[in-house]
Amino acid sequence: MNYKVMGKFISQILMVESAFMLPPFFISIFEGNLRVMFGFLVGICVALGTGMAMFWACRNTKMKLYAREGMACVALSWIAISFFGCIPFVVSGEIPNFLDALFEMVSGFTTTGATIVTDIEALSGATNYWRCFSQWLGGMGVLVFVLALSFGQERANGATIHLLRAESPGPNVGKLVPKMRTTARILYTIYIMLTAFDFMFLCFGDMSPFEALCSAFSTAGTGGYGLMNTSMAGHSAYTQVVCTVFMFLFGVNFSCFYLLLLGKIRTVLKDRELRLYVILVACSIVFIAINIRNLYAGLGETIRHSAFQVVSIITTTGFATCDFDQWPNFSKSILLALMFIGGCAGSTCGGLKCSRVLLLLKDLRRKMRKMVNPQRVEVVRFNFQPVSEDVLEGTQTYLVAYVAIVLVSFFLVALNGKSMMTSISAVATCFNNVGPGFEEVGASCNYAGLSVLSKIVLIFDMLAGRLEIFPMMLLFTRSMWRHR
Amino acid sequence: MVYFPLAFWISIDIIEIALLFRKVREFFVKIIIAGDGKVGLSLTQKLAEEGHDLTLIDSNQHVLDSTVERYDVMAVQGNCAAMRVLEKAEVESAEILVAATSADEVNLLCCMTAHAMNPKLHTIARIRNPEYAAQIFSMRELYALSLIVNPENQAAREINRLIKYPGFLQRDVFARSRAEIVELRVEEDSRLKDVPLYKLDSIVNCKVLVCAVSREGVTSIPNGDFIIKEGDRLFVTAPSEALTVLLKNLGIITKKAKRVMICGGGRICYYLADDLAKQGINVQIIESDRKRCEELAQQLPKVSVINGDASNQYLLESEGVNDCDALVTVTGMDEMNLIVSLFAKKCGVGQVITKVSRSDSNSIYESLELGSIICPKDLCCNTIVRYVRSMQNTTGAALTVHSIADGQAEALEFVVDAKTDHVAEPLRAIRLKKNVLIACITRRAKIIIPDGDTKYLRGDAVIVVVKGGMRPLQLNDIFE
Repeated sequence: MNYKVMGKFISQILMVESAFMLPPFFISIFEGNLRVMFGFLVGICVALGTGMAMFWACRNTKMKLYAREGMACVALSWIAISFFGCIPFVVSGEIPNFLDALFEMVSGFTTTGATIVTDIEALSGATNYWRCFSQWLGGMGVLVFVLALSFGQERANGATIHLLRAESPGPNVGKLVPKMRTTARILYTIYIMLTAFDFMFLCFGDMSPFEALCSAFSTAGTGGYGLMNTSMAGHSAYTQVVCTVFMFLFGVNFSCFYLLLLGKIRTVLKDRELRLYVILVACSIVFIAINIRNLYAGLGETIRHSAFQVVSIITTTGFATCDFDQWPNFSKSILLALMFIGGCAGSTCGGLKCSRVLLLLKDLRRKMRKMVNPQRVEVVRFNFQPVSEDVLEGTQTYLVAYVAIVLVSFFLVALNGKSMMTSISAVATCFNNVGPGFEEVGASCNYAGLSVLSKIVLIFDMLAGRLEIFPMMLLFTRSMWRHR
Repeated sequence: MVYFPLAFWISIDIIEIALLFRKVREFFVKIIIAGDGKVGLSLTQKLAEEGHDLTLIDSNQHVLDSTVERYDVMAVQGNCAAMRVLEKAEVESAEILVAATSADEVNLLCCMTAHAMNPKLHTIARIRNPEYAAQIFSMRELYALSLIVNPENQAAREINRLIKYPGFLQRDVFARSRAEIVELRVEEDSRLKDVPLYKLDSIVNCKVLVCAVSREGVTSIPNGDFIIKEGDRLFVTAPSEALTVLLKNLGIITKKAKRVMICGGGRICYYLADDLAKQGINVQIIESDRKRCEELAQQLPKVSVINGDASNQYLLESEGVNDCDALVTVTGMDEMNLIVSLFAKKCGVGQVITKVSRSDSNSIYESLELGSIICPKDLCCNTIVRYVRSMQNTTGAALTVHSIADGQAEALEFVVDAKTDHVAEPLRAIRLKKNVLIACITRRAKIIIPDGDTKYLRGDAVIVVVKGGMRPLQLNDIFE
């Protein structure tokens, strides 16, 4: 393990983070809130100071990342940014408990949107901005951002692909163009453009520019931090529709947008994952709308609520326009299933991802055919391309790790003594980076009532879910830390 | 709205440049490399280090995977001559295509197909079958290839040049072969032993310049007080016509080689034996495959072909290894080549040249006192890299680039143009960056070995030696 390389990388991440803390600092000056201002000042100084000290200590190291360092870098960077990001909350006293603040920050960066704050509207603007912005940054990935900047003269070597793979969701992450730096820039360009459009459309509605900006940030990251205690329920129908559309868009694989920009519409329309995603969303909307038809006044409102909640859950955003905990069990179970499936690979969503589900189902079908016809040789195809056995094996391993973590976390959270549905949905929403669950952690409640152990477990789950499990799990294996 | 992210990245770039005081972005070329074999891989390494956009095509997914893990490149799996695969590698927007698969015909087809898909594309093909060697120029015309590389032929030519001047381990030609950088090893009885560099001129009695010294595997760029030790490898710049004088004054007898033994009857052997035989040199080939021997005997009537195992010392001795002037080992196995060369050196053969396929363990070979080492793969890669560099902003870029001292240093040839600084200033007044040396100046057909009072003028060609890591793209990059 080459600690210096990791130190250099993480130091750069911290410096970038301290730069991003400047806007909320200025907002707090504008608001004239001295305590919050002091909080962000301390946060900036500590993050920048630590980053510079680490950079100085590791300044002579050549940036050479191997798979091992890449994985560790990703996991440790995310822990580091969450740790330093929550300093302003603690210092300003808005979230005085350190563990609560850490939970809030991890939930922000991992785009979960699970909050421990009971009264969001009482928080200052700067704090709310920082919460929402963390979701924007965490959505596309902080490391990808640093790759896009690629500080220093060092040219990225091939191992940076480990960083992209670990941070971008999906079973088979590749580059769009030969260079990692350019790939990262293209991804962020699409991301910034979509966010800007979202912001623009929200501005036309009933939101103030500040509200629109924050909402655009948390929509883009499919995070789900709102500025209201009631999430999106208090906003106009127009705003809710705009939100639904953009949540849906941020759940689409970003390489589809890239192909669209290149004018390859046919390829996008033929994309199997996109088709599955659209079908899943459409069917769920219809079924839930039928199931809840008696709860709302007209067909329009029913479909709007149904669509908003379905898209919000499948893209693992976690906004809500109504308390879906009050819905019938059939609708709730559809939503719970969608939490696990998640959006497309290569988007900002959490969950298993549509492409993994598709691969697993195709593999299952192949295995079943093979049972009937043992001599049969068949290749799984995805988007008309044969999928290598390595990828399939990786997907199966992922599923095993996924189920294992869900089960273990469920047992640990159940120690808390909450109801069955609360425990399982808390784990499901945190691990899949959704946000609100059911019953005591539902859309109208929050996570403040959970025990310390549950919070720690959920923090781990959120990070593991965002980073596709393995980087976090590898931190706890001995072979990772052993000397070569 | 579209301009927003653009403005964002541009401002980030400006901040970055301001922070690091670094030069405005270099110009990168989009290159496709077909065939991820030995040549493909080392090309990938060299070109990726220079920051080009690389896409690799190979039919073997595992090879591609390991390359993608090591270098910042993109990989496409498939047959490189298939249109669909080339389309996937975005041949329409590429600028150079290098076809280096194992089959010549595939390389040709790949280049032709790609050229048809993108007429602006520069295509480079590796053609190694000797049967095509004679028609290389007409093939270039016919198939609109920009460059044809033949590593074996190149290696043979290089060996041939070395045989002409025994005593030099390596020769690199500059300025239309008027100036050379030659590599010398300081032996125990050398006149150069324990001599400071400033006295060098008076000993060798002609104007030469030591531009780099490799001692125990570490290369440095010396100054006048540097004292030469036994075992050093000197890289000397000299005009081509001074080489004979240099050798004579160093006490190295330059006897023209009359008998050359070649171990291994592969393609290099064929090209080399053909060349040498035409010069009237007595050539013996030792090859273990009977059929190949017959082929060679058919193709090369003046050469004596012996069927036998070159690693058999009895055979070598009976064929007179003791009294041949030079021995070249070009079998397909590096280990065999090394062993045979060591044996020949022990038998007292004046000049031993060893071919190796893997260049990454060069520092190990060096400690073996083997004599010259030739790596066809590297020669071929250097040619291609040179071609790519010549495409890179044509004004001010290096004309030729040679890596010397196992790649630890580079010698680059630049032309002084209107933009160059410090024209007509004496060299002692110019502050150069660390580990940079101006080794030679060519003014019209004249070679000037510079000292402190020398000046360069517009239109001159300047050869600069830099120690590894630094990569000047223009002549101005070497000044403080």
